[in-house]
Amino acid sequence: MAEFFTTAIIVSTVASTFRFATSYLYAAIGETFGQRSGVLNLGVDGIMLLGAFGAYYTVLKSGNLWLALAVAAAIGMLMGLAMAYASVTLQAEQGISGIGFYLFGLGLSDLLFQKLVGTPLPIDGFPNLRIPLLADIPIVGEMLFDHSIIVYGAFLLVPVAAFVLNRTTVGLNIRAVGENPEAADTLGVSVAKVRYFTVILGSTLAGIGGAALATELGIFQQNLTAGQGFIAVALVYFGAWRPLGVMFGALLYGFVAAVVLQLKTLGVIPLGASDLAAMLPALITILALVVAVQRERQPAALTKPYERGE
Amino acid sequence: MKQLRNWTPAVLLVVFALVAAACGGGSGDTTTTAGEPAAEPFRIAVVAPSASNDLAFTQSMVDALNMIQSEMGGASAVEVAVTDGTFVVEDAAAAIKDYASQGYDLVIAHGSQYGGSLQEIAPQFPDVSFAWGTAGDTFGLPNVFAYEAASHEGGYVMGVMAAALSQSHVVGIVGPIEVGDAKLYVDGFKAGVLAQDPTADVKVNYTGSFSDVALAATAAESEIAAGADVLTGTAQMVVGAVGVAKEKGVLWFGTQADQTQLAPDIVVASQVYHWEVVLRQMIDLIKGGTLGGNAYVIDLANGGEVISYNPGFDLPAEVKQLGEDTIAGIKDGSIAVPRS
Repeated sequence: MAEFFTTAIIVSTVASTFRFATSYLYAAIGETFGQRSGVLNLGVDGIMLLGAFGAYYTVLKSGNLWLALAVAAAIGMLMGLAMAYASVTLQAEQGISGIGFYLFGLGLSDLLFQKLVGTPLPIDGFPNLRIPLLADIPIVGEMLFDHSIIVYGAFLLVPVAAFVLNRTTVGLNIRAVGENPEAADTLGVSVAKVRYFTVILGSTLAGIGGAALATELGIFQQNLTAGQGFIAVALVYFGAWRPLGVMFGALLYGFVAAVVLQLKTLGVIPLGASDLAAMLPALITILALVVAVQRERQPAALTKPYERGE
Repeated sequence: MKQLRNWTPAVLLVVFALVAAACGGGSGDTTTTAGEPAAEPFRIAVVAPSASNDLAFTQSMVDALNMIQSEMGGASAVEVAVTDGTFVVEDAAAAIKDYASQGYDLVIAHGSQYGGSLQEIAPQFPDVSFAWGTAGDTFGLPNVFAYEAASHEGGYVMGVMAAALSQSHVVGIVGPIEVGDAKLYVDGFKAGVLAQDPTADVKVNYTGSFSDVALAATAAESEIAAGADVLTGTAQMVVGAVGVAKEKGVLWFGTQADQTQLAPDIVVASQVYHWEVVLRQMIDLIKGGTLGGNAYVIDLANGGEVISYNPGFDLPAEVKQLGEDTIAGIKDGSIAVPRS
C-alpha cells in the first residue's frame, strides 16, 4: 500500500482521472441541458459511438483533428434533431425511443467501421498542451495542466453550462419548460423550440464526447464506449441536474476507476478479487447517487411530453 | 415513494451500462463466399465473438480459414461462411444451429463461452462435424472436435525477451478476465520474465472487461506509472493499452495476431496463431468419415504458434538469439513452460 503514496503514482492516477472523465463529462453536461428542459435522452451512448466513429474516420482520412470534431458535432446535431422529433413532436415514450437510438448508433457505428475501415488502424489525437507557468507548478501542474485541448475543453464547459443555465434568459426558459411547461407556454415561451434546442445541443455534446474518446484513445472498435453514455445519464442524476455536481460525479467515477486499476497494478487488490473490484466505480456511483439524490428533486416535467391544453 | 422515484431510473441506468459494457453486443456481419454449385465444395462455417478483423482472437481463425480455402483450391473447393460479432451467446447458438441445419460440413464455434450451447446442439445434428475452442473437451461426443492454443509457450518466449529488454526491471501485463486463453498467456509471459530476470517486478492487471478500451488504456497508464517500460496484453480491448504504450514510448509485445501495424515503432514481436495446422487435420478426418472426438493443441513445435518479429523494430541481435534459443528449448523439451 505504501507504494501507492509515491508522487509519481499519485500524479499519474489523478491525471488518468481527468483524462478518463473527459468523454463522460461532455455527454453528461449535454444531457443536463436536455433533462433540465424535461427531455430524457437515453440514446447518448449510441450518439457517442457515431460521433466517435465519425471523428476517427475523419482523422484517418484527412489527419485533421478540428475537422474531426466538427464532423462529430454535426453527427450529434443530426441525431439530436431526430431524437427531438421523436420525443417532442411525436411525443414518443422517451425511455423507449432513447434505447432505440442507442441500438441504432451501436449497430451503425460498427457497420460503418467494418465496411469503411475494417482492421483497427491507430490515429494520432490532440497533442498534450502544457499550459505555460501553470504546468510548471510541482505535482499539481502535471496532474491538471498537461493534457490535450479536448480535456481542458470538457472542464471549461462546466462553468459555461452553469452560467447559461442559471444566469441567462435562455437558461431561465430551459428551466421553466422543464419545471412547468404550461406556465412557460402561457408566458409565450415555445416549449417545443426550447426542447428542440436542448436536445440538439445535448446530442452535439454527446457526439463531441465520442470524438474525445476516439481521439484520446487513438483507435475505434466495435462498442468503443462500452456503456459510457449510460453512465453519463446517471451522472446527471448524481449531479442533481447541476453542471458542477455532474462534474464532481464524473471525477468521482473516473477517480475510483483509476485508483482501482492502480491498486490492481500494485498488487494491493489481489488477482482473485480483480473482477469484483472492476465493479467498484459503478457501485460507488450508485451509493453516492442514493445518498445525494435523496435530497434533490428532478425537473418536474422530466420525461413528460407537453401537449397544449385546448 | 416520491424520493424513491427520483433515483431509481438512474440506478437502472448504471446497471444497464454495466450489462452493455460486459456484453458488448453489436451487429453480426455475415459474409458468404458461394462456391460453384456443381462442384460440391467443402463447406465450413465459423461463429465468433468479436470482429473478423480485430487483430486478435477472431481474426486468427478467419485468417486460417482463408488460408485453408486458398490451399484447397479457392472458393469453388471450399465455401467459408463467417458470423462474427456474436458476443451474446444466444445469438451465437442460433447461428451455430442455423449453419448445422443448412448442412455445413464443419461448424466452428470460436469461443470457449459457446461450449454449453454446442453440447446441446451437436447431438441434434449427428451428420455435421463441430469444432469449438479454445477448449480441450469434446464432451465425449463423436461429432465434436476441440482446439486450443498453448499460448503460454509463446508468452514465455516473449516474456524472456521482455525481461532482457527492460531497463527498469518492471514489466506490465494488461489482461481482460482471469480465464482461459488470456490467463494461460499472462501466466506464461510472467514465467518467462521471471525465468530471465528473477528480480524483475511483473505487474499484472486484469481490467475485468474484454471490450472496454478506455479501461485497458488506464490500466496501461497505471503500469507505466509504476515503472514498467515493457508491456504486453491480450484480448481485443488491448488496442487501448497499445495506444498508451505508443504515446509514452514503452515497448509492446502482441499476441493472437500480428499487432505491428498498431504501433510500428514500439511493437517488438507478436505471437501469431495458425489454426490452419489443426484445421487441416480435422478436414482430413471429416473427409475420411470421422466427425470428431479429438482435442487439438497448436504450439511452437507443431507450427501452430509462430513468433512474428516486427521488421521495423531494431531488436538487439543477442535478445533475438535469446528468443530463438528459448523457442528451440521449448520445442526440444529442454525448457518446460509451467502450465497454470
